[in-house]
Order: sequence, then C-alpha cells, then structure tokens
Amino acid sequence: MPSYNMNQVKVGLKILMDGDPCIITDTDFVKPGKGQAFTRIKYKNFKTGRVNEMTMKSSDSVEGADIVETEMQYLYSDGSHWYFMNQNTFDQIGASEEAVGDAKQWLKEEDLCMVTVFEGNPMVVTPPNFVVLEIVETDPGVRGDTSSGGNKPATLETGAIVRVPLFVQTGEKIKVDTRSGEYVSRA
Amino acid sequence: MTDGTDADWRPTAPLGNLRRRAEVVAKVRTFFAERDVLEVETPSLSTATVTDLHLASLRLADDAASAGLRGAYLQTSPEFHMKRLLAAGSGPIFQIARAFRDGESGRRHNPEFTILEWYRPGWDHHRLMDEVGELLSIVLGVAPAERITYRDAFQRHTGLDPFSAGDDDLERCAADHGMPPPRGELSRDDRLHLVMSAAVEPELGRTRPTFVYDYPASQAALARIRDDEPPVAERFEAYVGGVELANGYHELVDANEQARRFVADQRTRERAGMRPVRPDGRLLAALAHGLPPCAGVALGLDRLVMLACEAESIDQVIAFPVDRA
Repeated sequence: MPSYNMNQVKVGLKILMDGDPCIITDTDFVKPGKGQAFTRIKYKNFKTGRVNEMTMKSSDSVEGADIVETEMQYLYSDGSHWYFMNQNTFDQIGASEEAVGDAKQWLKEEDLCMVTVFEGNPMVVTPPNFVVLEIVETDPGVRGDTSSGGNKPATLETGAIVRVPLFVQTGEKIKVDTRSGEYVSRA
Repeated sequence: MTDGTDADWRPTAPLGNLRRRAEVVAKVRTFFAERDVLEVETPSLSTATVTDLHLASLRLADDAASAGLRGAYLQTSPEFHMKRLLAAGSGPIFQIARAFRDGESGRRHNPEFTILEWYRPGWDHHRLMDEVGELLSIVLGVAPAERITYRDAFQRHTGLDPFSAGDDDLERCAADHGMPPPRGELSRDDRLHLVMSAAVEPELGRTRPTFVYDYPASQAALARIRDDEPPVAERFEAYVGGVELANGYHELVDANEQARRFVADQRTRERAGMRPVRPDGRLLAALAHGLPPCAGVALGLDRLVMLACEAESIDQVIAFPVDRA
C-alpha cells in the first residue's frame, strides 16, 4: 500500500496505525512562524472505535490501508456467518460474528448495509440508520401504569429487545434507530 | 469533454466574501494613504531567495528565455526588496504582495497567498504594534489589543517557563493539548512551537487581539536581539481568535550580523541535506550602504479577510485556491 506524507494526508484516508485499520477524521496544517511545519491528524481505529491524535513532521509518513466500504444486501445467516451480496457484481461475502457485531440484532433479509472490508475480510457491518421490525412479543401494557416509566420491553422479529411505549402491541411494526437502539415511532 | 465535475471551474469563495475582501483591501489602502505611507510593488521573481530553513521556495526551470529568470525563485515574502527600497531612502512603505511557499496548504494556508507588509523607519516594534492595532480596529472593529511577552503568555497558559522547562515537560504539555510530539529528532524550538500551537495560541486573541513580543533569541529570524537575561528577539506576533495574523520585527540593520545569520543558516541547511541557497548579495549590499533603523511587519491578508468574513477556511476568501487554480 502507498504511504502518505504530511502534505498528502486527507480526511477520509484509510491508514494502518500499529497494524490496525484506521480512518483519518481530521487534519490540520500547522506552521509556526519561523519554525518547521506540522500536520495534526485525528484518526479513528475501526477495531476499537477510539479516536487518537498524531503529529506529523515533514519526514514522517503514514501507511495506506487496504480498506474498502461497499453497500451490500444482507442475504441470510447460518449462525456462524452473516452473508452479504454486492448488488452490482453479485459477489458474496461472509462476515464473522465479530464483524457483524451489534448489527446482527437489526438485520432483516434484503436490508442494505455498509460492509467495511479490510485486506479482503469483512471487518465492520453497519446496518441502515433506521429499520422497520415487527414486535413478536410484548405485554399488553396497562394505560396509566407509570411504574416502569411509561414504557415496556418488546421483542422484535430479529430477536432484538427494545423499550416501547405502553400503547404499542404485539404484531405491530415499529421504526427503530439502530444507532441508539431506541424506538422512534410506529411504522 | 466533461467528466461530470464541472463545478470545479467555480470559485470556492462565495461572491459576498469576495466583495468583503475588496472592502478590506480598500480600507487598508485608505489607512496607509492617510498616514503618508507609500504603496510600492516589488518583484515576485528573483535570482535570490531566503535561507530560512523552514521556507520552501519554488523555482523556475533553467530554460527560460530571459537570462534573469533562469532558475529564478518565486518570492516567499517581499522583505528583501522592500529593505532595498528603504536603504535607497524610500521612507515608510507598504505593499500588498503575492507570496509563494511550497508545501503550505490547509485551513489557513494556500501555497500562493497575499501578504500585507510595511516598514516604519525610526520606529521600534512597540510603536509598530500600536499601528497594527489601529489597523485591526478599523478593519475588524475589534477592541484595543493587549500585549504580553512570550514568556508570560507561555507561563500563563501552561505553567511552564519556556526558557527553563525540561524537554519532557514541554512534550507532555503538547501531548495533553492534542499535539503529541512526532517521532524522531526534535529541537528545543520544535518543542516550544508544539506547545505554543497546541496550548497557548488557541487562548490568544479571544476577546481582543493579543500581541506576543520578546521571543526567544533562537526564534529571532531577522529581528534585533536584545541582550537581556535571557536574550530575547525584538519580534512580535499578532493573534486574533487564536489565529496567527502578523509577524513583526524591530529590524536587524547590521550588515555583518545579517551575513553571519545567512552563513549559519547555510551550514544548518547543509547538515540537514537541504538544497544550498546563496545569500542575497544585493540585500547585503543595501545593508552595507545603510538601512535606516526601522520596524517592519508582515500580515496575512487572506487571514485578515477570513476574520472579517468569519470564515472557517481560507478557501472561503480566495477565489481559486491551489487545487482548482
């Protein structure tokens, strides 16, 4: 993979830091009056999710990482892998449980997800921001019952458990924000 | 032939900002006309360039038809030419000049940019700071500036004394403020710059412009050095909203001392494996003839316009930055 010096780094560049795949989230060129220039970069580690900082000087470089992000359609899971297909090329890829992570509780067949592939292996699966899922099990909920804060747990068709308002019932479809895991509205 | 990205022909700066830019430039001209400071124009191309270790000048090819242009350099600032005018008896002068610095691109940098530079014979850096403050008041409508020494600014915002703090303390301070030191060799000044950029500068010029003056002697460039304990450079910088806006000096006029500094720079360049640069013989001759004692300042005009427009990035005030020139 190519290396990038401090004049070449840009936001969105995929790099390898201590062997981990990362993406640059901010760059800032700093040139003190009468001093050598630096480029400050902030980068997010795909594996840990943490954002770190680094200062580059003119002789420094960072290594590019072989990371590709593709929108893919979720096909099915056999319990050990989750399979996705590129709708343009029809290529299929199997993501491990670790790569799918939290996304697995939101995935319904045919959903479009962002699959991040590092050196040919799926590394992160990002579900759509919002999904519509059916409630398969929840208590009827008694109107006026505020003992639980005005909401109750509901199990969705994918197995996810979400807190929903008391007026929502089994069999209804609801919209969920996958980033927070919260009920948004009826669907 | 079109590749679908035809928006690339458009300016990055909104037209409203280009109008504000023109207003700022007009105010600058009025300011100096009222003060009898002469506007001058000096070359962008010269066979000479600066020996400064940290300025990368751009160079023309060796095959230009005009002999004087072969291998000529685009100027990183109008300083040397303006000093030659001062030595010729010009009196106070200003220039709105295009400057070129390779490798300088970012939110506040474009390799081709505009410097407002002026010189006041007979003044020192304090008197010139007054005038810079007046200009900022008129152009930006800001409150009168505050003044603080480099040492006090450093201590106030980090608790460290720049002249005696340990290298480890400086590095830790920079890292704590988001600029962990790069790997490899760092000079004392590099460490000071990291701390200044990370911890001190963002705090300067917040409610009113801040002038920082009396820099460490090692960061003097072409300023006089005053033999205090420790020795300090008679140099100042103006900050507005955490942005470095201007760099001024009580100018070095001693030809021998200037020659000595050029030679020192050359040696450092050689040791660092950098391209050799011959000292500007015409500047040295002008200094030998006699440069009147004076103070001079270089102000980033694009950044001044950024402040006037409340722009976050220099491409909002330059019509066509380098990537779409």
